[in-house]
Amino acid sequence: MKVTINVNGTDYTREIEPRTLLVHFLRDDLGLTGTHWGCDTSNCGACVVLMDGEAAKSCTVLAATAAGHRIRTVEGLEVDGVLDPIQQGFTEEHGLQCGFCTSGMMMTARAFLDAAPDPTSLTDEEIREAISGQICRCTGYATIVRSIRRAAETEKEELPA
Amino acid sequence: MQVPAPFEYERATSVDHALQLLVQLGPESRILAGGYSLLPMMKLRLATPKWLIDIDDLADELGYVEEDGEAIRIGAMTRHRDLLESPLLARLAPIFRDAELEIADPVVRNRGTIGGALCQADPSEDLSAVCTAVDAEIVVRSLEGDRILHMEDFYRGPYQTAVAPEEIVVEIRVPTRAALGSAYEKINRRVGDWAVAAAGAALTIEDGAITDAGIALVAVGAEVSSAVAREALIGQEPTEEVFEEAAAAGAAACNPITDQRGSAEYKRHAVGVLAARAMGRAAERLGAEVAP
Repeated sequence: MKVTINVNGTDYTREIEPRTLLVHFLRDDLGLTGTHWGCDTSNCGACVVLMDGEAAKSCTVLAATAAGHRIRTVEGLEVDGVLDPIQQGFTEEHGLQCGFCTSGMMMTARAFLDAAPDPTSLTDEEIREAISGQICRCTGYATIVRSIRRAAETEKEELPA
Repeated sequence: MQVPAPFEYERATSVDHALQLLVQLGPESRILAGGYSLLPMMKLRLATPKWLIDIDDLADELGYVEEDGEAIRIGAMTRHRDLLESPLLARLAPIFRDAELEIADPVVRNRGTIGGALCQADPSEDLSAVCTAVDAEIVVRSLEGDRILHMEDFYRGPYQTAVAPEEIVVEIRVPTRAALGSAYEKINRRVGDWAVAAAGAALTIEDGAITDAGIALVAVGAEVSSAVAREALIGQEPTEEVFEEAAAAGAAACNPITDQRGSAEYKRHAVGVLAARAMGRAAERLGAEVAP
């Protein structure tokens, strides 16, 4: 079947098998390997992308279903050489070790901060709850939480008065 | 690598369109809602439909939580996140919010739907238990019209429902009574896991006595609804002693099995403790004084 899926603002049309999962469409059909393929069972969160701005585990979404939605992957965070505050936060607070969970963590964090009424007032508990569907096998959760907090604070500073 | 067996794909643009496709494609077609129950079953090849009818586009048509004076009406495509965040449910049937806080994780809750969860009919699944406790009615539609089923008629045992091949679940109705209190308690090993054991309670208390009760015991056997716990509550005053006795009766009658989540003995004990707690919280939410 032929599908057209909007990924990071660009429409891609490809011939796919109906059983193609979104994670494999992104990685194998589009070559966007920033989205990682982990547990395959919607537990680990390495494959999280945004569907219409909401976090979704792309191992458990058919590519066919994604047609008609706006998909944003980790490749869509940086714009014109400027890192997203989430990426900046992970850089500054050493939010990654091996990096396998990082793209999923950052996409979930992006959606989380976008939905938060006041990102600067978030508690560590709320940040931990937001990423509770993600697994970091390096167990670097403390720095990941700090990275997300840093991003929230950076965004506040950058907002026009 | 887990990938479903090959299938053909159709996308429904309305409930009527989905119903026509079901008739046209026959009994080897399945409805795909959020995908977080059916796709894992398909990856494991426990489900191998020839056709998938994707109702993702019906998220607006079938995504709502409303109240009409007699019942809370929940559209079948309402996602876990919207159940969790519904002020209406938090006020009138807080058992939903209790359960949703423990269902899967926030990212899965963005996509999974109540209709999908109920149609999976997993005896360890939380929303089926919640709907059992509150005696929800399930509205099932075909081209011939609607059927309304109580949970006890909808749930036919593990992974089996009364939904016929040409039917779709379109709505869940939760009866609203002023004197209904509800709560859900769950133990799981980690975020997103199935329950080790869980219990849901929905109590109606009028003039100081329990006049109706729905008790769900979860992940402790194929039977979710506990008739013995219910019988032990009806007509009694809401006291801790009554709750503990009813919970103990339910725990004694359930059928847990030993597996990687715990021993049968442990689960039987845990579900009794959880059931008593759920009854106590349900009564407290009604403002009832619970005597020791």
